[in-house]
Amino acid sequence: MNMINIGYQIRNFLFSSRERGFRPSRPFRVMVEKEVADHIRSWRFIILVILIFLTCAGSLYTALSSIQKVTEKATADDPFFFLRLFTVSDGTLPPFFVFISFLGPLLGISMGFDAVNSEYNRGTLSRVLAQPIPRDYIINAKFVAALTVIGIMVFALSFLVMGAGLLAIGIPPTVEEFMRIIVFTLFSVIYIAFWLNLSVFFSIRFKQPATSALSGIAIWLFFVVFYPLIVNIITRAFEPSEYAHPRAIFLFEKFKFALVQVMPNELYNEVVSTLLTPTVRSLGPLSMEQLQGAIPGPVPLGQSLMIIWPQVTGLIAITAICFVLSYLSFMRREIRSR
Amino acid sequence: MVNNIIEISNLTKRYGLFTAVDKLNLSLLPGEIFGLLGPNGAGKSTTILMLMGLTEPSEGSIRVDGIDPVRNPVDVKKIVGYLPEDVGFYDNLSGLENLVYTAGLNGMSKTMAIDNAVQMLGRVGLSDEMHKKTGKYSRGMRQRLGIADVLIKKPKIIILDEPTLGIDPAGIREFLNLIVKLSREEGITVLFSSHHLHQVQQVCDRVGIFVKGKLLAAGNLDYLAKQLFSSHAYIVEARIALPEDKGKSSAVETQSHTVIERLSQVEGVAKAAFQDDLYIIECTGDITPVIAKTIVDTGFGLTYLNVKKYGLDDIYYRYFEGGYEHDQHRLSNS
Repeated sequence: MNMINIGYQIRNFLFSSRERGFRPSRPFRVMVEKEVADHIRSWRFIILVILIFLTCAGSLYTALSSIQKVTEKATADDPFFFLRLFTVSDGTLPPFFVFISFLGPLLGISMGFDAVNSEYNRGTLSRVLAQPIPRDYIINAKFVAALTVIGIMVFALSFLVMGAGLLAIGIPPTVEEFMRIIVFTLFSVIYIAFWLNLSVFFSIRFKQPATSALSGIAIWLFFVVFYPLIVNIITRAFEPSEYAHPRAIFLFEKFKFALVQVMPNELYNEVVSTLLTPTVRSLGPLSMEQLQGAIPGPVPLGQSLMIIWPQVTGLIAITAICFVLSYLSFMRREIRSR
Repeated sequence: MVNNIIEISNLTKRYGLFTAVDKLNLSLLPGEIFGLLGPNGAGKSTTILMLMGLTEPSEGSIRVDGIDPVRNPVDVKKIVGYLPEDVGFYDNLSGLENLVYTAGLNGMSKTMAIDNAVQMLGRVGLSDEMHKKTGKYSRGMRQRLGIADVLIKKPKIIILDEPTLGIDPAGIREFLNLIVKLSREEGITVLFSSHHLHQVQQVCDRVGIFVKGKLLAAGNLDYLAKQLFSSHAYIVEARIALPEDKGKSSAVETQSHTVIERLSQVEGVAKAAFQDDLYIIECTGDITPVIAKTIVDTGFGLTYLNVKKYGLDDIYYRYFEGGYEHDQHRLSNS
């Protein structure tokens, strides 16, 4: 009797809470569903998918064709043989992870650059805002939908590369390798989410989709091409001589390292190379004392994660900052009909 | 005492130094059709945005069915349907899909949304086109879809911002009739903004004239007319057969002189004048029979007689004229 009562109460609780929780989230789910459908049906997304699949197939092909040569040189029982699928290249095409770091921003920017301004230009924004939904649902739904699509796509690619590699080389990945690949894919999604948020922010700031797309690409180019150049110019001015005090050289290296940490693409590259190359033990400069007594060899995943923790935090932080910026500028905006 | 469904008091909206809406006081009764009439840039849209909680007022308060749209915009949007000026739809979706989406945003389940959307499309006469992409809709069809989109949430109030812009005359009549029908059948309060006075005149119970952020007058047409033209609300136009020797201007002059003199003596005539072969007689009341008799008594042949009652047209222009003059005055002062 008592048991039945408890069971009834639990069921009642679950049911009512589901009902309670379901109602207000229904408009949000409807919005996300619509956005996802829009993305998948759009030509832009189809073209991007084709582009990315082709480049990944290419990089996988070069990896497979060169993996033999690489492994011949390496020790026979390389514990992270499978990870090389993602990092090895014969020089004609860059490896998989470089492709992701290159095409990821393009994907993020192109999924978000017209998120809000196209709604405004079509005159649908004021109509949607007249519905009983909180205003932030609009950008939240856009972000969640684009992220869902990107996440599914990146994970699918990663698994495809794994599956194709498995078929081609016939050696299954170890649990450690599998986990590393999953974490790598997860951080790739976060990295793309940063570019997505940046372009959503531009889509709120600029009324013309072309302007917002161009701003996103400009920022990306700045970090890929010009910022390293600027860092080079700055650091050259401070470069200590070969015979300077070791401490001065160490500080200089630290300074150089710190300057580079502003770049989202550099953060991502550090994260990914640490994850996919387990022998990486440090990202910044190390002194001789720190290296003394170290046994060269791979570190476990947990330790790799410890190494890249600052970089991961940085990536998530800049993503959050972009989101907050778009949130602020959108929530305070007066939405007129076009 | 009926509670007002919309209560606006001392509403002010400033953009920097520019005042878009200046101390607006307005209340709407449940079930009425209210026309907000004013030229472009008078602050109509800004007022509507503030009613919907889409922009914040600088001063003053608004109550929509007792809810403050500044604090609870979502609750206001539950009961108010808003059709923005130049409404847009997702062109890649059909009319039905667009409506189902709106219904979903209002918390309806999928099946309920589809049922309601089909029903609404039937009401606005778009049943045959519901599977067509909205990108292929004509302007009038989009506007009707807009009405369906507004009605699908079953609102208490609908706000239409320049809804007749860019539709052909037949479409406008159809559209206005639809609004009146809906309002009367379901007791929906309608706030309708326009700068086309004829449309407002056709459908609205009360009209507010809005110029430069100020509500100059509000009330039904008779009230507005009385307020404006208290001395001479009626104008009688008359034409009289010209004398035989019309080549001589002196004969015409003598004739008009006589007629005007006679007319001026009639009680109720404020002013009589002769303009372009027409006698224009401003009267305080409808005294057309007396005027007709007077003219016939003079012995001249009466060929045309017309009573002109002031329409919204004249009221509108009179007010805009006033507004303009007022402005000129202010400019010369400063």
